[in-house]
Amino acid sequence: MDGYRTGLARARGLGSAKHGAGHWIAERVSAIALAPLSLWAVWAALRLSRTGYHGALAWLGSPINAVLVAVLLVVGFWHMHAGLRVVIEDYIHAPFSKTALLLLNLAICVLGAGLGLFSVLKAAIGGSAY
Amino acid sequence: MTESSPGPAARPLSPHVLHWRWHLTMLCSILHRATGVALYVGALILAGWVAALATGPGAYAGYMEMLASPLGQLVLFGLTVSVFYHLASGIRHLVWDVGDGFDPKVADATGAACIAFALAAAVGVWAAALLGTR
Repeated sequence: MDGYRTGLARARGLGSAKHGAGHWIAERVSAIALAPLSLWAVWAALRLSRTGYHGALAWLGSPINAVLVAVLLVVGFWHMHAGLRVVIEDYIHAPFSKTALLLLNLAICVLGAGLGLFSVLKAAIGGSAY
Repeated sequence: MTESSPGPAARPLSPHVLHWRWHLTMLCSILHRATGVALYVGALILAGWVAALATGPGAYAGYMEMLASPLGQLVLFGLTVSVFYHLASGIRHLVWDVGDGFDPKVADATGAACIAFALAAAVGVWAAALLGTR
């Protein structure tokens, strides 16, 4: 594989993302965290499909559940941002489209995680008001 | 004549994806990306679920009704397959990252195992869900 690369490309050690291995490693670290979290999420979804509004509110009021949902949202959206970023960098080569899609990916992930986190806090802390 | 030609030498290009014969490891790779993109939608559905719960009983009932519709159930089943496939396939990738499992026979076997696990686990979860509501 190295035989296909120019000497300069090998010396720089940069791929299509134009930076080093930090992004790659962080994607793996988040993947390892998401392995147990996603199994927990499926199990939780199975339970929550039967509880209704008050049951779900009580469930999210438990500190363990609230924190795990918050961590799932942050790590999940982080991993998604990293993953879709690689997909965009692989397939979209026009500079304007690529930049626009990368920014859109970032905006969706920040807004999704922000909305989810605020909602966890509101439902878990303010939930008893209903 | 100069010592070296300017610019990089012409290097070989990979053929377009449509020129490859389909094989299992290629399918697994494409499925890993496709399920990853599907789970993007899944995470937005999760964020929407917490937001609906934080908004109030009316919003929550409406959101759950949407998820209980035939289209909602189809999407949720697809996401269940996706989460199990992406999980199993992700672990397969982590094993590759430490340098193991590249032998073609092993790669084919682990790929087939990922697909079988995803389907079996998703059917199992939905069987549990449907039997539980009876």
